[in-house]
Amino acid sequence: MKNSTLPTKQENNAVATRENTRTLTPPVDIFDAGDALVVVADLPGVDQEHIDINIEKNVLTLKAEPSTRVSEPRLLNEFALYPFYRQFQLGEMVDQEKVRAELRYGVLTVYLPKVAEKQPKKIEVKVG
Amino acid sequence: MRNFWDPFREFEALYREMEQLFDQVNPVRRIFGRITDGPLSASYPLMNVGEDKDNVYVEVLAPGLNPDSIEVSVLNDQLRIAGEKAPLKTDIRPEAFYRCERGSGRFVRTLTLPVDVEADKVTADYRNGILLVTLPKQAAAKPKQIAVKVN
Repeated sequence: MKNSTLPTKQENNAVATRENTRTLTPPVDIFDAGDALVVVADLPGVDQEHIDINIEKNVLTLKAEPSTRVSEPRLLNEFALYPFYRQFQLGEMVDQEKVRAELRYGVLTVYLPKVAEKQPKKIEVKVG
Repeated sequence: MRNFWDPFREFEALYREMEQLFDQVNPVRRIFGRITDGPLSASYPLMNVGEDKDNVYVEVLAPGLNPDSIEVSVLNDQLRIAGEKAPLKTDIRPEAFYRCERGSGRFVRTLTLPVDVEADKVTADYRNGILLVTLPKQAAAKPKQIAVKVN
């Protein structure tokens, strides 16, 4: 059979990345809490309704839109807030249905529970 | 008065220009601290200060503070802000961390205010990780509107 010279449509497997705007990368702590992965991110100035957490093709995307400032910082200007954006590649171990998140004092905590069979199993050693 | 050439002052100016240049290239640095540590680097927490005709507004970028630890005080023209960024629970094993970027601990920062303020009417509001301090200006510090008479 003759090979087709037409280009085959390739499925784009990439997850959407950020739009071409200025964004900030929030600092994070990520640790393994045994039955879950925990991602803690500093997102100052962000309201709960302006946070977008998305998991697609094992990529965790954090997007957040800070609200506007109170006054024009004419006397001292040390920071400016832009939308926050960060992505993480997750392993197969995360149970995506059970992900939950909470926002407290500008800190977002995302709990990513592990799939039950990926949790460490304790094997008892019998001493005969 | 400075009437001799001071090479260190020249270096300082150059240093400051370099810092500004780096800030332009990487805005994250401006928010989450500078790489270089020294008398010219911004201290923690970062602040924005603005004013209108009645108030001075100080915005402090400090997510994750323990709300009970925040202390705001005004003495003469000095505003002092102290607090503690709450640490994560301590029972996490060090080897369980994949990323550790946020840091924690106590801080103090003082700021010299540009005008006299009414120290007992200062309000502070901690919301979404940003502390907003509103300092009402003393009557003497407010601009006075002068009526122009037209003959």
